[in-house]
Amino acid sequence: MVIAAIALISMGVFFLTAGTIGFLRFPDFYSRMHATGKCDTLGVVLSLTGLALYNLHYGLSLASILVSIKIIFIAVFWFLANPTATHALSRSAFESEVTPWTKDGRPVIEWPPK
Amino acid sequence: MDNFFLVIGLILGFLSLLALYRAIFGPTIVDRIIGVGVVGTNTLVILLLMGFIYKRIDMFVDISLLYAILNFIGVLIFAKYFVRKGVH
Repeated sequence: MVIAAIALISMGVFFLTAGTIGFLRFPDFYSRMHATGKCDTLGVVLSLTGLALYNLHYGLSLASILVSIKIIFIAVFWFLANPTATHALSRSAFESEVTPWTKDGRPVIEWPPK
Repeated sequence: MDNFFLVIGLILGFLSLLALYRAIFGPTIVDRIIGVGVVGTNTLVILLLMGFIYKRIDMFVDISLLYAILNFIGVLIFAKYFVRKGVH
């Protein structure tokens, strides 16, 4: 159980690292949102699942099972909430006319959108 | 196991500093908002790691849940009120 927890936490931190590197290096807002919106969600869900597994290895008492259920509840809440926040932020950026990046500077769609 | 949690927490703190760079120097407002969101995400995991290091996970899990809810509502409100048409 401890080895599975270490593997899950390491995978989660790998995804968080990849998301942050993409957040620093991508060229415009929409691709940065593409990096963080998915990698942060998966990284947090994997890390919290690993921490809930590690919490169970102290012994299966009622208190530790309740704390593990609470950690899993945070993971499920974050799995629902972070894509919602990403969608709302991306939509408001689209409506405030942040243009997408292209390599030669041409707009990819007709602007402003109808 | 405490050393493992400490190393993971230090890595996440360093990632928070990298995201804070984008939150300070970001070209548009929405970049700053998503930078603050990434810092909040890393804080969520760091708080649970602190709970395991201090052996008080039953207290820190509530603080972490509070951070998750506040981060979600904060990003939604920033997206609704800070970004207007033509301002970015």
